[in-house]
Amino acid sequence: MEMFDLTLIWAFIIGFGIMMYVLMDGFDLGLGILYPFAPDEDARDVMMNSVAPVWDGNETWLVLGGAGLLGAFPLVYSVFLPALYIGVFLMLAGLIFRGVAFEFRFKSRRNRRWWNRAFCWGSAIAAFAQGAVVGAYIQGFPVENFAYVGGPFDWLTPFSILTGLGLMAGYALLGATWLILKSEGHIQDWAYKITPMLLALVLLVFGIISIWTPFVNPLVWERWFGNIQLIWIFPFLALACAFIVYRSVKTRREGVPFLATIGIYVFTYLGLIVSKWPVIVPPNYTLWDAASAPESQLFLLIGVLFVIPIILTYTAWTYWVFRGKVRVGDGYH
Amino acid sequence: MELDPLLLSRLQFAFVVSFHAIFPVFTIGLASYIALLHGLFYKTENPAWDRLALFWTKVFAVVFGMGVVSGIVMSFQFGTNWSNFSQAASNFLGPVLSYEVVTAFFLEAAFLGVLLFGRGKVPQGVHLFAAIMVAIGTFISSFWILSANSWMHTPAGVELIDNRFHIISWTEAIFNPSFPYRFLHMAVASFLTGGFVVAGVSAWFLLRNRDPEANRRALSMCLWLLLFLAPTQAVIGDFHGLNTLEHQPTKVAAMEGHWETSTNVPLLLFAIPDQEAQTNHFAFGIPNLASIILTHSVDGEIPGISEAPPEEQPPVLIVFWAFRVMVGIGLLMIAVSLTGLILRRKGRIYTQPLFLKSLVGMIAMPFVAVLAGWIVTETGRAPWLVYGMMTHAEGLTPSLTGPMALFTLIGYILVYGVVFYAGVYYLTRVVRNGMLPEEERETVGDNFHRPMRPLSAAHTPFDDDVDPVRS
Repeated sequence: MEMFDLTLIWAFIIGFGIMMYVLMDGFDLGLGILYPFAPDEDARDVMMNSVAPVWDGNETWLVLGGAGLLGAFPLVYSVFLPALYIGVFLMLAGLIFRGVAFEFRFKSRRNRRWWNRAFCWGSAIAAFAQGAVVGAYIQGFPVENFAYVGGPFDWLTPFSILTGLGLMAGYALLGATWLILKSEGHIQDWAYKITPMLLALVLLVFGIISIWTPFVNPLVWERWFGNIQLIWIFPFLALACAFIVYRSVKTRREGVPFLATIGIYVFTYLGLIVSKWPVIVPPNYTLWDAASAPESQLFLLIGVLFVIPIILTYTAWTYWVFRGKVRVGDGYH
Repeated sequence: MELDPLLLSRLQFAFVVSFHAIFPVFTIGLASYIALLHGLFYKTENPAWDRLALFWTKVFAVVFGMGVVSGIVMSFQFGTNWSNFSQAASNFLGPVLSYEVVTAFFLEAAFLGVLLFGRGKVPQGVHLFAAIMVAIGTFISSFWILSANSWMHTPAGVELIDNRFHIISWTEAIFNPSFPYRFLHMAVASFLTGGFVVAGVSAWFLLRNRDPEANRRALSMCLWLLLFLAPTQAVIGDFHGLNTLEHQPTKVAAMEGHWETSTNVPLLLFAIPDQEAQTNHFAFGIPNLASIILTHSVDGEIPGISEAPPEEQPPVLIVFWAFRVMVGIGLLMIAVSLTGLILRRKGRIYTQPLFLKSLVGMIAMPFVAVLAGWIVTETGRAPWLVYGMMTHAEGLTPSLTGPMALFTLIGYILVYGVVFYAGVYYLTRVVRNGMLPEEERETVGDNFHRPMRPLSAAHTPFDDDVDPVRS
């Protein structure tokens, strides 16, 4: 082994990238899911305006994650993608339609209805597919000789459907609390109104998933009911964040609900990671089995360590420039 | 008929990569052109250059946006359909393709925003610098992609252990034997594409007498550029062909429709290659010319397709005809450029309607030529995915079935059909709107604090019922 373990560094980078993606694309996908329920077309304008400047930067993390997996953990790339073949296609199709809708909805009047639909369906399908990926990851894949050997719909089980719906609800919650932060007047009132309902839904679905997970996967059972009691802190912290969301909505705080929702995500995500660590292609392969050659990991690391700070700075700057409320009639262009 | 996942996956990859390729091919050339316009404006202070730069930046924004959207799909294709290949080649392809992504994001984060939205907000010199950096960035991007692709044609710097390529030398792998030729050929192809599109659109404006001053400048500059580039491309193509003859003789034989190894090989102008009978029908050509081109001697010997066993031969009919389409368009480009030189006397390039109309007609041609060229090189490699080391069949995802591949192939065609239709429709509206008159220009520059996304640099409405200039 070398001075430092490149595989661990890469696990951290990819893990961080996925987290960034889920949080950042999460709220804009969530707004898409909430689109049909919005009170009026003004609200839809504000919803889209509030994420229009940042959404494509958010998806940066997805592409970086995809390419980074091929470079650092090729086994993940070459098992997950075949196993989730249909799901990956649906997710990409959803993301493409919604990306195009972002661009053309504002430039069009007569066809706006269609772009609304593309935005909503694209977001919903992409969110569901991503949630189902999480479910499939928890279940594991039939792999022989470093290649996936299952069928096209093995990933689609009652469990993964539930995780798909769970992530849709979770993204919708992120979207609603983001809207609290970014809107005012009747639109903000609506966001305040739906947040507790979405929170209840999220808690319900996440709760069922958490109870179900140990039964789906023996390793998870072992982990949670074995000797490492410290990990129980994650679900408790997640629940505490949920409580903060509830309280802050009651007291009509504007920023706290969104931050606390992020907290729910972070702690659930950490809980998931400790459940599976260090298995990355379940049930059998660990991070180190899935890694590419050290010289490849090192070669790529140099470029990534250079570019990630730049992307983070740029992202922070964009959010700073577009801080504050989005108002009705604020055409974003 | 049994659905063949291998054939369907190859069709799907060909479809998504062709669809993606047409955008970068255009933007690489256009980025350099925009940088040049910025440089000219910086130097001469002539507002015509500025108007042109602004107009083409809007077009660039839309095309770049479409390229990004279709590029997301590409980063997942290797895993979904070619998982054995991605697993085997990951040590090389992973870092190299990731570097392309890293370059693209660095470019977008640092300079694209300034180029698209910085007009009038940053000093002119900074704006020019951003334009140059974007142009350089597009080249670095294509550097990585073409390195990866060339490596699959002429693998070097690796050894195959347990079905996995391990890097022995990064330098040899990245700068593999066919890379310099392929990179140059593609770079000049991008310039030709950009040049013919700009020339065609300028001609279209001139036919309608819109902003003749700026468009005359653009057209004249493009024609000088093409006069130099079109013949240069033929020379580079020749060197690329000689390099291919050295490393992939079967491909060159298929391009020439040349079945049996022999000397004094004719250059076939027409033939219908018959793979089954391993011969040509209705062949008609110029005696000795292929020998002269490929060996620089009348009686040079050229190895035939039959040197490879039938199961290791590419589909000759496709390679043969795609090559003729590419070369034919290349010759057409040279002819158009030379016509421009002749008509230049007394300034008839700006007024001769037939010439202007033919330039408009040429807009699509470089795209066809580029796709045909890629079909030649990629199909001509068959059945090899990594030449001589791994076949398409070995690289395929083992769990993939015919119906799955068919489902996504149809799916991508439908999705891209809608997106492409919307994109091209919108692009033609941007072009029709043309260059904004002087007094309207302030409205475009004022969104530096607005979304920094490629497409929002274009302000043209998508459909008719909105005011065409201010929206």
